[in-house]
Amino acid sequence: MNHPLAPEQRQIGARELAWLIASLALVVAPHALRAPWWLTLLTLCLYGWRMYFALDRGPLPSRWLVLGVAAVGMLGVWIEYRTLFGRQPGILLLMLFSGLKLLETRTHRDAAIGAFLGYFLVITNFLYTQGIPTAATMCLAIFMLTAALVGFAAPQRAARANLRTAALLLAHAAPAALVLFVLFPRVQGPLWGLPQDAYAGMTGLSDTMAPGALSSLALSDAIAFRAEFQGASPPPPARYWRGPVLWDFDGRTWSIGPSFLTGFVAPRGGRDAYRYEVVLEPHNRTWLFALETAASLPEGARMSFDGQILSATPVRARMRYELASVVAPEPRSSEPAGVLRRALRLPEGFNPRASELAAEWRAASADDAGVLRRAIDFLRDGGFVYTLEPPLLGPDSVDEFLFSTKEGFCEHFSSAFVFLMRAAGVPARVVTGYQGGELNLVDNILTVRQSDAHAWAEVFLAGRGWLRVDPTAAAVPGRLESGLARSVPQASALPLMMRPELEWLRAVRDRWEAAAHKWNVWVLGYNPERQRDLMASVGIRDADWRTLTAALFAFLGAMTLVLLAWSLKRLARPDPLQKAWRAFCRKLAARGVERSPAEGPRDYAARAARALPTARRSILRIGALYIALRYGAHASAAGLTRFRKLVREFRPT
Amino acid sequence: MIARVLERNPRFSNWLYGFTPPERGPIELVHRRVYILPTRLGWFFAGTLAVLLVGSINYALQLGFALTFVLAGLGLAGMVHTARNLARIAVAAGRAEPVFAGESAQFRLYLDGRGTFDRPAILARHLGSDSQFVVDIAPAAVAEVVLARPAERRGWLPLGRVMLETRFPLGLFRAWSHVEPDVRCLVYPRPERSALPPFSGEAAAGALRTPTPGSDDFAGLRGYQKSDSPRHIAWKAVARSQEMLTKQFAGEAASELWLDAKLLPQGLTLEQVLSRLAGWVLAAERAGAHYGLRLPGVEIAPARGDLHRAACLQALALYS
Repeated sequence: MNHPLAPEQRQIGARELAWLIASLALVVAPHALRAPWWLTLLTLCLYGWRMYFALDRGPLPSRWLVLGVAAVGMLGVWIEYRTLFGRQPGILLLMLFSGLKLLETRTHRDAAIGAFLGYFLVITNFLYTQGIPTAATMCLAIFMLTAALVGFAAPQRAARANLRTAALLLAHAAPAALVLFVLFPRVQGPLWGLPQDAYAGMTGLSDTMAPGALSSLALSDAIAFRAEFQGASPPPPARYWRGPVLWDFDGRTWSIGPSFLTGFVAPRGGRDAYRYEVVLEPHNRTWLFALETAASLPEGARMSFDGQILSATPVRARMRYELASVVAPEPRSSEPAGVLRRALRLPEGFNPRASELAAEWRAASADDAGVLRRAIDFLRDGGFVYTLEPPLLGPDSVDEFLFSTKEGFCEHFSSAFVFLMRAAGVPARVVTGYQGGELNLVDNILTVRQSDAHAWAEVFLAGRGWLRVDPTAAAVPGRLESGLARSVPQASALPLMMRPELEWLRAVRDRWEAAAHKWNVWVLGYNPERQRDLMASVGIRDADWRTLTAALFAFLGAMTLVLLAWSLKRLARPDPLQKAWRAFCRKLAARGVERSPAEGPRDYAARAARALPTARRSILRIGALYIALRYGAHASAAGLTRFRKLVREFRPT
Repeated sequence: MIARVLERNPRFSNWLYGFTPPERGPIELVHRRVYILPTRLGWFFAGTLAVLLVGSINYALQLGFALTFVLAGLGLAGMVHTARNLARIAVAAGRAEPVFAGESAQFRLYLDGRGTFDRPAILARHLGSDSQFVVDIAPAAVAEVVLARPAERRGWLPLGRVMLETRFPLGLFRAWSHVEPDVRCLVYPRPERSALPPFSGEAAAGALRTPTPGSDDFAGLRGYQKSDSPRHIAWKAVARSQEMLTKQFAGEAASELWLDAKLLPQGLTLEQVLSRLAGWVLAAERAGAHYGLRLPGVEIAPARGDLHRAACLQALALYS
């Protein structure tokens, strides 16, 4: 039997279809930036094709044609990616299917499933970015998809009314969504293995350093992490964020080499203790960054023998940790002989001139500190130029840099310096990390970008332990004081935001990033820990999933009741005259004179007056007044008040 | 299957649907009477939500969680809105005009939205026949629903049970309610054409004359009587004199006719007899005759006009 409300029996109209297609287009728009151009074009063509059919009212293409297009699309994706099952190809196929699904959409049921597919496509955008702009765009998309669904249920209704209903529905959904977001028990994912390319595209430091590695990173405006200090933040020259330590040199590339964990020993003494919280962007590596010398370890983190702080698993989601650091603590004077031997090791047969120079310094100096002084003097007076576009170097990279090109980025300086130290017999190592960071004046948060990536050196001096030496700072002193922007010649390509003439743009960005930071911390960084903290702050200690679920259902139940109360409320109230008249009828009915549905007020009052002779006068008066107020030309508020008073005082006996 | 159980146990069904039929007066669909369950699409939506949730957990996507929860909230809000679209409607039954057996009875229901909001896409379906009607109720307005039900036998035809259903706004839930208003339609016997009876019995006694050609010649005016057909009212004269006057025709006074069951051939069943008589009533009214109706136990004095015709047909419809 046909059912006029069953969506599978209702043909879709052009207007509903246009809504659906527009909302789907909005959902897949961000994917268009990442998809191969031909796939975007194909999907758009499918959307347009379906719209053409809707306007033309022609029959839809045959199933075979649709299957053919699907096969061609899949083949194209396979050629592009050599697989259909990775994250990227999977999402692109889903985008393509949204167009194909439209081509076989005939009824409201198909269209509703298309809208559900749209909701699903929304989440695929979040796999790439969860920033505020994406969130705002997707909010609009959800609104449009919801309006499309409302349109399917009431195709005859005015579009404006359907938009209003969709807005109302979403407004009613918001409190429940908020409660669910806050209280739904979070578990640390993932539940199963993710596709291989799940973490492609995260930028950050690497575990090796070859010439050119950091300078390419330095062009990136992407944020590495943000730090919020309790109290004062360190001055710019003291902002050394220590990351991976590189030990092994093969003549061209520095690498971490074998590493092992040691127990954490808190440093003693030192000045300027800092306490701060870091929100680290995912970089798919285990190391965490700490200012200078860490005085404590974040929860669950460990320390390697050379002072790197490592998390247990690669950082694949934005991570928040708290740390304390000190500047210049008491040195750990002794280091195992094996470690020191490793800090002196150099590959044979590279860079003969540098080795010769180092040998001269060694011969001329009384101790390691003397060698160090000579090396720093050499860099300071050598006429070195700091540039983001250093010339390419041959196999003897250190010799070429020190004696002929004299132009380099921090990796050249640190690499050459550590080579010289080792050649002169002073144990040394390369440390990479970030130097600097920009203090946002709006929320006082220090933002460290990939462009702040830096490499420096640490040398071991007997009795003084490992000392930080920044050869770049020695050669180009402005680097630390004023940052990258003032240290490189004007002509070099700098990231747009680092150009000094765009101060106002930076102010705008500061505000924007303050908002983005809050967003990151409170929305995107809402993890099991933060949930626990939040629960503790409202007095629920050790909230486990049971407590959370119970609270969740209590809140949701309450919210449903509020909604139900709302749904009862918005009825037209019976007008007060009618209400009073009904009360009068009820009073009479209680005395056995019930009004029959067809009986008018005059007849009813007359009958009641006959049945209840003692109350005759008041019954007739109320009946006449009701007729006058209801049907008469001179109804007034005073009359209504009098009528209500009469009814209230009416007590038939 | 559930439907069959309900059909066999009317008391259980009445308890379930919260009323005892038939119901007098306007019926308010209180919340107790509005049922709601997810549609197939609703279950599909729930499945989509489950997939979204698992994906969000797996990839630790906070915005994925947000999306999932907004959609869950949307489902919840959609449920309340769907129930609201139906709840608190007042259903009143209108008059059903009498019909002849074999025609279809038109029942009118008036759905009073009683709200400041509109209630789109409400289906009224008569259970037990294919009759259904989709209606949109404007804010604070009353919408009319016409349900046609085939009238097979003469007598009173009750409307029976009507289901009101809606899936607005999201189509994820289906809310429905049953009503059984106390309204019935009078079904006249199926009229059977046959020649009017010859003038016998009292007719032959002299009071009557066979209508002759030209008997409809205008003969003058007389005072209006309630049973007069509106066609015979002398509207021009009324406009002149402010007094209701009826045109009289020459043949009228002479054409008094008794439609008597005894005049019919023997051996007809009761239903056939009633059908023939109904056919006579129509023919006599058309011919402009003054006619009376006589059946065992029933006698209606001769008269003419729509009310008289209706009285005769009602007597036939309810004759037992």
